Amino acid sequence: MALRSMAAQAATILRIRCQPHLAQALAIPLARGFATTVPIPQDLKFLESHEWVKVESGTGTVGISDHAQHELGDVVFADLPEIGSSVTKGKNFGVVESVKACSDIYSPVSGEVIEVNEEVKQTPALVNKNAFGEGWLIKVKMSNVSDLDGLMDPAAYEEHVKSGGH
Amino acid sequence: MRPAMRVLRLQGFPIFRQLQLEERLMHKTDENWCIFNNGTSPPTIVMGVSGSPEELLDVDAVSRDGIPVVRRFSGGGTVIVDEDTLFVTLICSRKAIPSLELFPRTILKWTGELYKNVFWDNPDFTVHEQDYAFGQTKIAGNAESISKDRWLHHTSFLWDYSPPRMAYLTIPRRAPAYRLGRSHGDFICKLKDYLSYREELAELLEDALGRHFFLERTRLEDVDEEEYKHRTQFVELLRSPI
Repeated sequence: MALRSMAAQAATILRIRCQPHLAQALAIPLARGFATTVPIPQDLKFLESHEWVKVESGTGTVGISDHAQHELGDVVFADLPEIGSSVTKGKNFGVVESVKACSDIYSPVSGEVIEVNEEVKQTPALVNKNAFGEGWLIKVKMSNVSDLDGLMDPAAYEEHVKSGGH
Repeated sequence: MRPAMRVLRLQGFPIFRQLQLEERLMHKTDENWCIFNNGTSPPTIVMGVSGSPEELLDVDAVSRDGIPVVRRFSGGGTVIVDEDTLFVTLICSRKAIPSLELFPRTILKWTGELYKNVFWDNPDFTVHEQDYAFGQTKIAGNAESISKDRWLHHTSFLWDYSPPRMAYLTIPRRAPAYRLGRSHGDFICKLKDYLSYREELAELLEDALGRHFFLERTRLEDVDEEEYKHRTQFVELLRSPI
């Protein structure tokens, strides 16, 4: 709410007609500009390549970490798989483009893609705004619960990032 | 011990074939590569993976004049390349430079230092946002493709350029801040104004790379032609209805 108000004031100063969708569009870059270190949700598991998964009732929601979005820069495009396609743990399932670079993204779990975040496809900056929340990328009906073995918990991932992400 | 890097020097190689070659070497080998291509033919427009012809090109003029348009596998902007473009591509494994975190800014920082050594006698060389520049004018566009354990950084230097060909490209909506709305002619400089001859770029680059890698000259015919499903493809344009 505070960011929407700030965006509205900025729009007035810049003499832009402030329609709700424009205010929202301004809020996203403002959110990115004021972003601080985001706490890592404790119910996530991570790959070394900075993707996360949140498992609920056999379904894994997958995204990239806040560290990754910060290092990538402004995300301008996300190429995500089709619903019904298969993903495999540790294998590439799509790309995110950030200004000059295309970066492969890897799935922490195997299974069938049952949902794709259409809002991210329309507004890729959502990945920057809230990588652990509304910036999720796909949902996977997991084929093997043991895929979670070997993934990092939040504390281990935090150490991984501090050590340079290698 | 320096890791090995295979150096491939091409002459006038078609850019579509070069991009598909790079894509294959990036994804199907674990070797380090430097590819240098001295010009290309025919003149071709090359867009990044998410490029939209309607936003980035004068589609009617491009279609009318039969200019091929390629969508490449890496990110980044749109360029028109021809016989006066010098191409440099670096493809590396993570283990070649273990301290390098594989993200766009960190890779650009490393390559920026490399090119600072290439253009060692030009104190105006700098990296502006994601561009290589002499002062406030851009000398090269670059783009990257990054996977878990490999990265690719390709750069197109303008030895010279043709203003009529530049006119096929619109000024992108998303442009670096230092462009300040300038036209192509005011924003971009020609490498021929800074180097004595075209091959000098490759020679200076090999000198700079030799500090990090053990270089091995390779011929195109020695590169494996493995099957690969390329993302790099030609784009079919739809002209606006009359």
